[in-house]
Amino acid sequence: MIPASFEYVRAGSVDEAIALLVEHGDDAKLLAGGHSLLPLMKLRLAQPAMLVDIGPLRELNYVNDEKDYVAVGALTRHHDIATSPVALASAPVLAHVAGQIGDPQVRHRGTIGGSISHGDPASDLPAVLLALGATFVVQGPSGRREIDAADFFVSFFEVALSPDELLVEIRVPKPSDGQWGFEKLTKRAQDWAIVGAVAVRTVDGVGVGLINMGPIPVRASAVEAAVASGSNAADAAAFAAEGTEPAADFNGSVAYRQHVARVLVRRALEKAGV
Amino acid sequence: MQIDMRVNGTPQSHDVEARTLLVHYLRESVGLTGTNVGCDTTSCGACTVLLNGESVKSCTVLAVQAAGDEITTIEGLASEDGQMNRVQQAFQECHGLQCGFCTPGMVMAITSLLTENPAPSEADVRIGLEGNLCRCTGYHNIVESALAASRVPEMQK
Repeated sequence: MIPASFEYVRAGSVDEAIALLVEHGDDAKLLAGGHSLLPLMKLRLAQPAMLVDIGPLRELNYVNDEKDYVAVGALTRHHDIATSPVALASAPVLAHVAGQIGDPQVRHRGTIGGSISHGDPASDLPAVLLALGATFVVQGPSGRREIDAADFFVSFFEVALSPDELLVEIRVPKPSDGQWGFEKLTKRAQDWAIVGAVAVRTVDGVGVGLINMGPIPVRASAVEAAVASGSNAADAAAFAAEGTEPAADFNGSVAYRQHVARVLVRRALEKAGV
Repeated sequence: MQIDMRVNGTPQSHDVEARTLLVHYLRESVGLTGTNVGCDTTSCGACTVLLNGESVKSCTVLAVQAAGDEITTIEGLASEDGQMNRVQQAFQECHGLQCGFCTPGMVMAITSLLTENPAPSEADVRIGLEGNLCRCTGYHNIVESALAASRVPEMQK
């Protein structure tokens, strides 16, 4: 399968990438590791007229320990997050999940920013960043702004980025090194999650995120509230499917996914010490 | 567009369409057909090559993305006198293949794995090969091959 023809430009800096987005508008699409976009282009589900390649930009490739948060550059690859001493020490759930995405070859190319900006509700990282209460820093022609993870995912494959904006940094508040649990159901090791769940202890209590349980990644608010009011893992997990709208497909019906969500949330909560 | 890269240590320069996939570039422009096209959907790993020393699936990388980089294919592992590297030798000795279609990708994935983890456990090997599918062997002898290769000092290749 070969993508439709497009023009390819390699941006030399973040500013140059934004200038190209401003100039070409909706015709231009950012290319990071390409492991979400290129498969869509090969299937001709996406046919951008221009690809602006930001993959080689070293300036957005880092995991840094700031005073109040862990800062992850948007072009940091999953492999580099999974093996980052800073991530392993200060945001271990993020490092673990980055190491569970796809397979080693995918993790050598795919980036955290690309995964988030793609807006696929079956992705692992968005649910984790929701549960952690992360903040996303985006940059456009008029400067930078911050968006809460909870406000970033708008609808199926749609995020709060303007066409001329670029996700530059992910900020995970500290401390985020408490107990956590991550569970994902796949048929093959490398597959997207049929359903996934993450539970993590943060300063605000226990955050719970759900993967592939609706058009966008969501927090299991009813579970979080139950835990906050003293429920044990099994009782709280009974609320895991509340308000969810998972798709039905060849991997499972709505009822099956909602059942699996309750099971995985219970396991994740138990691992998080609830 | 004109792209330059090194493939198995040799400088290459070709005029390619931006949409050319790295695997097609390697097979058709460079003429190295050891890298197979399998599923063409980032699943099976048959097209695995090393990009700057790390395993990638070349069906999901554009040739233009690799401009300026160093690519290693299965053809680049043996020494000039034909001496196979330790992973290739282990596949021969442990009967790590049957039909052989997945083998170039398996060998490249294991070569990358051993760079990152020189002394893997059996579990490390199985997890490290989750991106490579084999329909013949049941993986048993492939895992044996990887473990056998890991026991050979790298200097002996």
